[in-house]
Amino acid sequence: MSKPVYVITEQRNGAFRKVSFEVVSEARRLADELGTSVVAILLGSGVSGIGEELGQYGADKVLVADNEIFENYSAEGYTKTILETIKNVDPEIVLLPASILGKDLAPRLAANLAVGLASDCVKLSIESGKLEAQRPMYAGKVIADYHFNSSPQLASLRPNIFPVLEPDSSKKAEVENVSVPVTKSDLKAIVKELLASEGGKIDISEADIIVSGGRGMKGAENFKILEELADLLGGAVGASRSAVDSDWRAHADQVGQTGKTVAPDLYIACGISGAIQHLAGMSSSKCIVAINKDPDAPIFQKADYGIVGDLFDVVPKLTEELKKIVE
Amino acid sequence: MKILVCVKQVPDTETKIKIGADKKSIDTSDINWILNPYDEYAVEEAIQIKEEKEGTTVTVISVGPERSVSAIRNAIAMGADEAVLIKTEDIYLDSFTVAKALADVIKDLEYDLIFFGKQAVDDDNLQVGPMVAELLNLPCVSPIADLKLENGSVTVKREIEGGTEVIEASLPAVISADKGLNEPRYPALRGIMMAKRKPIDEKQVDMETAKIEIVQMAYPQSREGGKIVGEGVDAVPELVRLLREEAKVV
Ligand SMILES: Cc1cc2nc3c(=O)[nH]c(=O)nc-3n(C[C@H](O)[C@H](O)[C@H](O)COP(=O)(O)OP(=O)(O)OC[C@H]3O[C@@H](n4cnc5c(N)ncnc54)[C@H](O)[C@@H]3O)c2cc1C
Ligand SMILES: Nc1ncnc2c1ncn2[C@@H]1O[C@H](COP(=O)(O)O)[C@@H](O)[C@H]1O
Repeated sequence: MSKPVYVITEQRNGAFRKVSFEVVSEARRLADELGTSVVAILLGSGVSGIGEELGQYGADKVLVADNEIFENYSAEGYTKTILETIKNVDPEIVLLPASILGKDLAPRLAANLAVGLASDCVKLSIESGKLEAQRPMYAGKVIADYHFNSSPQLASLRPNIFPVLEPDSSKKAEVENVSVPVTKSDLKAIVKELLASEGGKIDISEADIIVSGGRGMKGAENFKILEELADLLGGAVGASRSAVDSDWRAHADQVGQTGKTVAPDLYIACGISGAIQHLAGMSSSKCIVAINKDPDAPIFQKADYGIVGDLFDVVPKLTEELKKIVE
Repeated sequence: MKILVCVKQVPDTETKIKIGADKKSIDTSDINWILNPYDEYAVEEAIQIKEEKEGTTVTVISVGPERSVSAIRNAIAMGADEAVLIKTEDIYLDSFTVAKALADVIKDLEYDLIFFGKQAVDDDNLQVGPMVAELLNLPCVSPIADLKLENGSVTVKREIEGGTEVIEASLPAVISADKGLNEPRYPALRGIMMAKRKPIDEKQVDMETAKIEIVQMAYPQSREGGKIVGEGVDAVPELVRLLREEAKVV
C-alpha cells in the first residue's frame, strides 16, 4: 500500500473554507485509486473541534495544529509546522488549495523540500502510480500535463473546479493534535491588522454566481443594475480590468490574470469583450453567459449562451424575468 | 539601500502561442518577447525607493538564455543601475531550478530588499519569489499592492479573499509586486540609449535537474454547444428557460 495522500486544509475564523472540502474530496478520489488513506492537516487557533468534519468528505485522519499564534495566517509559522508534521512520514502526494493562502504556502513547502510544485491545477490523475497534474499556462492559451521527478509530489488545486463529495455524516475522522514548533518571536513577518474588503459584500472567489461588468458599463453608477441581478441570485459582482482601472469597481472585484481566478456555477459577462487575460480568470466557470452588443466580441466564443444586445436593456429585463421564478 | 529585482523575459501577452513539434514546449520562432508585466511593477517600486533614498542602488537579475538581455535592458532603461544575467540554455526551467540559481547568486550579494513580480505570465506559476525567500531564509510577503518602508522594516498590504492583511516584516525581506502597487513608467529615450551601453554581468551556475516537467501540451477545448440565444430583450425569456432547464443553474 502506498503512503497516505496528505492535504493541507484552510479555515477562516474557525470554519473550513469550501475549497478545503474540494481538496479533501479530490485526495479521497486519488487515495481510492492508490488504495491508501487520506490525512488532512488543519492549522488555526481554537480549531480542534472542527477537524472531525473532514471525515464526512473522506479524510481518515486529521492532524490539528491548534495554537493562538495562528489567530491570523502566518506563512512562516504554517510552513515550519507543516514541514515538521510530515517530516517523518515522507508522503508521496501533498495537495493544497490554490487559494491566496495556498499560493503563498505551496512554493515555500516546495523550496524546503527541494521538490517541484504544480500550481493551480485543474485536473489530477494517477498514471502508473504517479501523479499527473494538468494546469493552464500562458493565460489559458495552453493546457499542460506535468510529471514529477521529485517526491513528495506537490500540487495546488484551483478553487471551485474539483467536485465536493456528498458529505457522509456517518464517517468520522480520527483527530490528533500535533505540536507547533514556532513561537511568535520566531516570526519575521506578522499580520498586524485585517481590513475588511473594499469590494462587494460576497467575495467573488467564494461566490457561486458572478455578474461581471466591463467597459461597456460606461460608469460606476451603472453597476447598480448588476448588483440588483446579483442580489436576486445571491451572487457577487465582478469586473474586468478596464472597469477597475476606471475606478468603477475595487480591485478586489477584478476577474482575470491580474485579478482573481473564479469558477462559479454561473458567470454573466456584461459589456466585457473577452480579452485573453479576462478569460484566464473565468473560463473554467461551469456556465458562461455573455451580453454584448458586438456580435463579434470574443467572449461569445467562450460563452454557453450569448445575447447580442444593449446590456442596459437586456440586464434589467433578465432581472425582471428571473424574479418571476426566484420569488 | 541595496535593492535586487528579479525579472523574467516572457512572450508578449498579445502573442499567439503555438505548441511546438515535440508537443511539450512552445514554438518560440515568432514570439515578441517583453519584460514580464508584473516585474515592471517590481522595477518601478525599486526605482521609486531609489529616488527617495539617496545612495540606493537597484540591481536586476534574470535567469534565462541570451535573449533575456532585452528584458534586462528594459529594466535598466526604467532606471536600474546594475544587471546580472544567469545564463542558461533556451529550455523550459521549472521554478525550483530557477529559484535555486537565483538564491545561489543572491547569497553572495548585499541586499535589503528583493523584489519579484507576483507571477510570470508565461507559466503563471506564482512560485519563484516565495521559493527564493525560503532558500535564503528571509521573510516574504506575496503578492502586495502597497508598501511603506520604515527603519529596518517594511509594512505592506496584501489582498486576500474578502479582505486585506496589513503585514510588517523585518529587513532584509522578499516582496512580490501585484498590480496596483504603482504605475510603471515608460523609459525615457535617454534611459534607452544608456541601457544599450550598460555592461551586463554574465554568470553561470550549476543548474539543478528539473524537479517537475511538462510531458504534454494541448490547446484548451472550446466550449461545446455554445450558442447565441438571440438579440436584445426578446431573447431574455429563452435565456432564462435555458439557464433553468438546460444548464440548471438558477
Ligand atoms: C498583463 C495584462 C494583464 C491583464 N489582466 C487583466 C485582468 O486580470 N482582467 C481583465 O479583465 N483584463 C486584464 N487585462 C486587460 C485586457 O487585455 C483587456 O484590456 C480588458 O479585459 C478589457 O476590458 P473590457 O472587456 O471591459 O473592455 P473592452 O475590451 O473595451 O470591451 C468592452 C465591451 O463592451 C461592449 N459594450 C459596450 N457598450 C455596450 C452596451 N451598451 N451593451 C452591451 N455591450 C456593450 C463592447 O462591444 C465591448 O465588447 C490585462 C492586460 C494585460 C496586458
Ligand atoms: N527566470 C527567471 N529569472 C529571474 N526572475 C524570475 C525568473 N522566473 C521567475 N522570476 C521571478 O519570479 C516571479 C514569479 O514567477 P513565477 O513563479 O514563474 O510565476 C516573476 O515575476 C519574476 O520576478
